Amino acid sequence: MSKTLVEKIWDAHVVKSEEGFPDILYIDTHLIHEVTSPQAFDGLRKRGLPVFRPKQTVATADHNVPTLNQLLPIKEELSRYQVDMLTKNCAEFGIELYGLGHPFQGIVHVIGPELGITLPGKTMVCGDSHTSTHGAFGAIAFGIGTSQVEQVFATQCLLQSKPKTMKIEVNGELGPGVGAKDIILYIIAQISAAGGTGYFIEYAGSAIESLSMEARMTICNMSIEMGARGGLIAPDQTTFDYIKGREFAPAGEEWDKALAYWKTLYSDADARFDSVLTFDAADIAPMITYGTNPGMGMGIQEHIPATAAQPETEKVSYKKALDYMGFDDNASLIGKPIDYVFIGSCTNSRIEDLREVADFVKGKHKADNVTVWIVPGSKQVEQQAKNEGLDKIFEAAGFQLREPGCSACLGMNEDKIPAGKYCVSTSNRNFEGRQGQNARTLLASPLTAAAAAVTGKITDVREMLEKVEG
Amino acid sequence: MKKFTKLTSAVVPLNIENIDTDQIIPARFLKATTREGFGENLFRDWRYNGDNTPKPEFVMNNPTYSGQVLVAGKNFGCGSSREHAAWAIQDAGFDAVISSFFADIFKGNALNNGLLPIQVSDDFLAQIFKAVESNPKSALEVDLENQTVTIVETGAHESFEINPYKKSCLINGYDDIDFILAQTKLIEEFEQAK
Ligand code: SF4
Repeated sequence: MSKTLVEKIWDAHVVKSEEGFPDILYIDTHLIHEVTSPQAFDGLRKRGLPVFRPKQTVATADHNVPTLNQLLPIKEELSRYQVDMLTKNCAEFGIELYGLGHPFQGIVHVIGPELGITLPGKTMVCGDSHTSTHGAFGAIAFGIGTSQVEQVFATQCLLQSKPKTMKIEVNGELGPGVGAKDIILYIIAQISAAGGTGYFIEYAGSAIESLSMEARMTICNMSIEMGARGGLIAPDQTTFDYIKGREFAPAGEEWDKALAYWKTLYSDADARFDSVLTFDAADIAPMITYGTNPGMGMGIQEHIPATAAQPETEKVSYKKALDYMGFDDNASLIGKPIDYVFIGSCTNSRIEDLREVADFVKGKHKADNVTVWIVPGSKQVEQQAKNEGLDKIFEAAGFQLREPGCSACLGMNEDKIPAGKYCVSTSNRNFEGRQGQNARTLLASPLTAAAAAVTGKITDVREMLEKVEG
Repeated sequence: MKKFTKLTSAVVPLNIENIDTDQIIPARFLKATTREGFGENLFRDWRYNGDNTPKPEFVMNNPTYSGQVLVAGKNFGCGSSREHAAWAIQDAGFDAVISSFFADIFKGNALNNGLLPIQVSDDFLAQIFKAVESNPKSALEVDLENQTVTIVETGAHESFEINPYKKSCLINGYDDIDFILAQTKLIEEFEQAK
């Protein structure tokens, strides 16, 4: 019987399937961090249980950590307590921790792939909704709540019903200045912040196949922003080349065996999806969001859709979002002054993102009205950036290169955007207060963010590229 | 886990769509390492000003509204997977949430904690909001056994879906770990066969 990629991986991990019950799904790798794990460890203690497979569990500290002076004790008391608690819990339950100061520390969804922990065909979970990032390698990866973290600790399994599948094809070639972030913001704007709910999405088509692994991760990362349970891309030569030689990747005979299996991981030609959507890459412009959910995005030259044009039940929420952002119906955002630029988060903090930004800002300087933070996704990314001299370029441009963590993506540490200020951000959520109380977030690609940093206002990056080329 | 069977209660209406878990419980309140106490920060930034004074226009600060059922607009609980959102709602005294659509992870988290997410049609949701608007004390009856929700005043009712396994967990107060732990032998066999 022909199967989709999701079905192939799912079926290979079902421990038990019984009518009327969710499947018992085996989890190959469990990633944990300081914020969503403490209550799960507590639960284990209450039940008197060990972690069932500690070797299949990997921990890092990312959500809460400062991005300056990481080797000093954390100043904020509650954050420090939570990070210390993780250290203590990992020691007690025998889990490998890449904590502060460790050369592998970083955002959980950045370190998994770069260490070769994330592999095709695996099932992976983490108490974080952006776990879908790992799907870029052709893995089933999804975010879970803390009760489920406890389940996986206790049994290395989860009770899950098989998801519906959706295929999103993007074909053709992207225009200049348009990247993976624009593709995914475009798709979400087309199908809305709830358009993928209940589905596992497979991204395919020539525009997806031609993307690098970093770019594929950016796409899969934001699957949750349309409500999807996860997103994935069939592994191919690009995937295999990326994995080979990484710290924990299979090597030697193991590699050959793994590779032979990975090559079977694709949706069969006549596999049936519950839903199929197709987009043309040529229709996609650099994107920007104007509201308070990631579905409220538009091409940067477009005008904000009018409240009157929204469905009746959505008008109140829509107006509330525009009021929060301080934007009017039908307004254009081009030329709008901004205050902060944040380049970071598990969506866009990999070395390729930093290279792209450095390449663009080389010889330019940030505008006076803007504060620019670049927060690398991991220690390894930070080190690589320094090895390549990107830190010098950023410094000359007035961009502040910080130490790795989630940072202003969710403002749990000190990196908060002040009330009322506008931040062009490469992260994934523009919710009210996400980057700080009453902060206003505009989601965009690293290039669009870099352009805003240089001009001090919202800018169509294509115009600046043309100038360089011409 | 807390058991759930039947409940009749007035409701707290929150007619806003796409309420994400960052609104339900902002990230800066996620630093606690226990499950308790999140209720006071439920909807923190909608409920309180920056100086911690209550915002009188927010429904939870209006003494006219009370009850164990929260009724909210479409796509409730989207965004971050933080289970703290379900804990906060429960800690603030709610036992059920009604919406015309729930985000997946939130729904799972709620069920894993004995907080019942009830998905109704857009039309029925509008009827509930209307009933509460004309009479803030208007009560709902939630019957998990029969999977129905009824507007007591008008008698209008609708049935809702719930996974039969999850339903029995809620009614009996047991959770997924109890269920899977009974199968560790199967899990070990699976590992060996891999
Ligand atoms: S960077 Fe942001 S979205 Fe990614 S894991 Fe951290 S907090 Fe979550």
